[in-house]
Amino acid sequence: MFGEKIKRVEDPALLRGKGKYLDDIHLPGMLHAAFVRAPVAHATFSDIDSSAALAIDGVVAVYTLDDLRPHLTDTVMPVEQPSGALKLSASPSTLADGEVRYVGEPVACVIAESPYIAEDAAQLVFVDYSNLPVSADYLSALDDGAATAHSDFADNLVAGFTLAYGDTDDTFAGAAHVFRETLHQHKGLGHAIECRGVAAELNPRDHVLNVWSATQMAHRAQSILVQMLDLPEDRIRVVTPNVGGGFGPKFVFYQEEVVVPLAAMLLGRPVKWVEDRREHFTAATMERDQLWDMEVAVNADGRLLGVRGTMAHDHGAYTPYGVNLPYNAATNFLGPYELPSMSLDVKLALTNMTPVTPVRGAGRPQGTFAMERLMDRIARELGLDRVEVRRRNLIPAESMPYDTQIKTRDGATMTYDSGDYPAALDAALERGGYSDFAARQAAALAEGRYLGIGVANYVEGTGRGPFESAVVRIKPSGKIVIYTGATDQGQGLKTALAQVCAAQTGAAIEDIEVVTGDTGKVSLGLGAFASRQAVTAGSSVHVAALEVRNKALKVAAHLLEAAEEDLDIADGKISVRGVPDMSVTLGDVARAVQGMPGFSLPGGVDPGMEATANFSPPTLTYCNGVHVAEVEVDPGTGHVQVLNYVIVHDSGRLINPTIVEGQITGGATHGLGSALFERMIYDDQGQPQTTNFGEYLLPSAPEVPHFDMIHMESPTPLNPLGVKGAGEGGTIPVTSAIASAVDDALSPFGVVVRDLPIEPKRIVEMINQSS
Amino acid sequence: MKPAPFDYVRASSVEEAVAALAASNGDAKVLAGGQSLVPMLNFRVVDAPLFVDINGIEGLDLIEEKEDGGLRIGALTRHFALETSVSVRDRFPVLHEAMKHVAHLAIRNRGTIGGSLSHADPAAELPMMAVLLDAKIVAAGPDGEREIPAGDFFTAPLTTVLAPDEIVVAVDLPGLPAVTGWGFEEFAQRRGDFAVAGVAALVTREGGTVTNTRIALMGLHDTPVRARSAEAAFGESGIEAAAVAARQDADPMNDLHGSADYRRHLAEALTRRVLTAALERAAQ
Repeated sequence: MFGEKIKRVEDPALLRGKGKYLDDIHLPGMLHAAFVRAPVAHATFSDIDSSAALAIDGVVAVYTLDDLRPHLTDTVMPVEQPSGALKLSASPSTLADGEVRYVGEPVACVIAESPYIAEDAAQLVFVDYSNLPVSADYLSALDDGAATAHSDFADNLVAGFTLAYGDTDDTFAGAAHVFRETLHQHKGLGHAIECRGVAAELNPRDHVLNVWSATQMAHRAQSILVQMLDLPEDRIRVVTPNVGGGFGPKFVFYQEEVVVPLAAMLLGRPVKWVEDRREHFTAATMERDQLWDMEVAVNADGRLLGVRGTMAHDHGAYTPYGVNLPYNAATNFLGPYELPSMSLDVKLALTNMTPVTPVRGAGRPQGTFAMERLMDRIARELGLDRVEVRRRNLIPAESMPYDTQIKTRDGATMTYDSGDYPAALDAALERGGYSDFAARQAAALAEGRYLGIGVANYVEGTGRGPFESAVVRIKPSGKIVIYTGATDQGQGLKTALAQVCAAQTGAAIEDIEVVTGDTGKVSLGLGAFASRQAVTAGSSVHVAALEVRNKALKVAAHLLEAAEEDLDIADGKISVRGVPDMSVTLGDVARAVQGMPGFSLPGGVDPGMEATANFSPPTLTYCNGVHVAEVEVDPGTGHVQVLNYVIVHDSGRLINPTIVEGQITGGATHGLGSALFERMIYDDQGQPQTTNFGEYLLPSAPEVPHFDMIHMESPTPLNPLGVKGAGEGGTIPVTSAIASAVDDALSPFGVVVRDLPIEPKRIVEMINQSS
Repeated sequence: MKPAPFDYVRASSVEEAVAALAASNGDAKVLAGGQSLVPMLNFRVVDAPLFVDINGIEGLDLIEEKEDGGLRIGALTRHFALETSVSVRDRFPVLHEAMKHVAHLAIRNRGTIGGSLSHADPAAELPMMAVLLDAKIVAAGPDGEREIPAGDFFTAPLTTVLAPDEIVVAVDLPGLPAVTGWGFEEFAQRRGDFAVAGVAALVTREGGTVTNTRIALMGLHDTPVRARSAEAAFGESGIEAAAVAARQDADPMNDLHGSADYRRHLAEALTRRVLTAALERAAQ
């Protein structure tokens, strides 16, 4: 069962349109919310005139911050994650508090009998804005005297940190070669197929505030609501219905997630808000820009000696999450290479644009891109093959586990736990036809076609702690239920957890129900982020299922009057080995321990066939992989066609290869968007220019190649399953591999990619500049 | 987004539709395939008090073969019907090719030729085809029908000479000379998107000599246009000269997907390709 390509248990409902998403929640008397949002990037306001909106038939209420203030313990959202790097505290306000700081920031909330009426009325809420200078360029935002994104701050340096080890000054002074690259990297939005949404109802019978949210973090949402609304935990239940993709932005707890539940409480009627796509483009968090200015020192053979440089990061207007994104980018720069010294100075700039938080990959694609571009530069300068330079610098398999000299967020040494990086590279090159590519390239060029090949490595820390919860219970019916604080956005989590459970309990997959992201079912939980749920929730399910299995065997031994070691557990039954007729079902053992008045439990066991585990991984586990991209570039149009794409990835043991392949395919597609298509554009006044899918391009089916995958499995010793995360790895090296391939294709023109995304107009521009 | 409130009339005849438009003092919008109008309605970019739905009018979706080798195409003809019409394929293969590039299949199933021409997006295929093929656009108004040459029909982005109470009812395409080769190229970063730029060409040969050349551009001007100097340059000096001249004929805008410079580059590159293809086809 573990490791098998079984079909996803989620799919029969989802593929038949039987999923129950947030917008499928219809409750009697339900009202609908629409948000009045800032139309300008930076302005103060004192007066909000709601009278015209309230005059519309069907409008029930218009809330501003002043209306909500008496019902909140604090109007500032308690969402900041602690970090020593933070210099300014810039948590968002529940609704704007006299100053708006990005286009799309919620200012007021209209509640009406229908979403149509709510939107009509939202247009009629008049806010008298006085414009302030706008911080719209993250690079000049750090200059002295720059316009500040918050009028009450003296500058825009919201956070900064230095990641350093070894002596880079000495290293650079004595190096055979030093090269410098300046890279503008852009990365876009998450764009889950389902936008955000929240619905809430104060149940009049038990006074519980039921909140449904399309979130990656149900328990965190509950905890923040408890804090803001000053209600006891038992009075707030947060449930995630089917969620149509997360990708990072749904990790964040947003203003709407407290306004809508509070409105439901104040009005005594259910309220629902569903974000539309245009709102999502400005009101949901995103990634955006980083400028990497890096120098690398190498010896005469192209071995890395040291790297030093700076990175500037566009943080947006607020800190709704923390500084993990640029921190990941910095620590992930190292990749699979031996790097004796490093010094990277990182600065985060506040700007009057939508707050920036991690999107799939979470900074790692940017760190990888910086390192992989340097690798190509070294190869070009020293006249070496790009692969040879990488090979000379890879961490050998026999060095595992490998202590890097980098410290993680919690101060521990960043240690690569397992993997064979050179073998992964070899496998990818072989499948990608690297050795005979030069001949293919030359033949194509003779026909006037420009082919190129690119290779990129990556390493990713996955399975972030501190824990995830799981309760595994065999019910007297014989069915099994798993409750977990992990959340499901379509990844196949329920299938994977059921497989882990089935491997221990011998139950059929269809007899295992997995309940995710419901604070009413399990008291502890974190959720989906950092490619962590197979590692953390998977291990918790494993530990709990093992405990339940052992207990079931003990009880069965008693019922069957046999020795435990003579029992087999399979197919929903426990039987005496070699005597299949002597058996009890899982339901039998569960019933035996549910208790009968006055009778003692068999075998002296505790009541109930249930176990709880909150597996805490000791540290991150590192997956790795190699991508090889072959492209054709049309110099006439600047079009890049991906001809062949090979992915070798190693995320430890696979629970279900089909699910991992789905994750890698989706991840690589996301990476292809970052490489070639996606750009969130703002003008110099902080006005977003790309707020629909005609203006902001996602890769669609014809643009996405077949991803030819090779699985390697280097188990990690850090969890009982040997698994590593697989949700983001597919995204990480794509920009690097495509950039390298485009360089190679356009080598007759001497083109070098230094900006992302690589748009057609930019390719034509680079060709024209070179010739 | 949800649309603002509006009224809706479903017309059963051209006369009824025209009367409804005339009565609205120019504020009403015609709803045909709805593939541009309805998204703009939901974005609240269009806020009209009345929508006149012409989908119920019979006889507006015919493709008729004419004796001169041409076609009359009813305004409600869906893009998919044009794309798959044997008459279009045989008589106007360049139009057959262009239709494959119109948006996506779901949109082609609903979108109409009359709607596309009236919407007048300067980067859309059908307005450029109308200009290339010397189409006559037949419009009906309160005073009856009139014919408008395609070259006079488009006046600015999303703007035509149609009066607020006029509706396109048909498009006449005159037949092409016997030995006419064609070429069509557009560039969009993704298949189905509005083109950043596009070029189409027709080259007619008689007895081995090129006697007529038409080149049309889209996304390269504020309306679809004929590239007159490129046409002349082709006749005098051949493909390379025409390609360079097409760059001069283009007067494109800067926008998110292409700078004016990039679009001029495309004008040259695509003109080279369409003329090469058209010459080859005219030789067969």
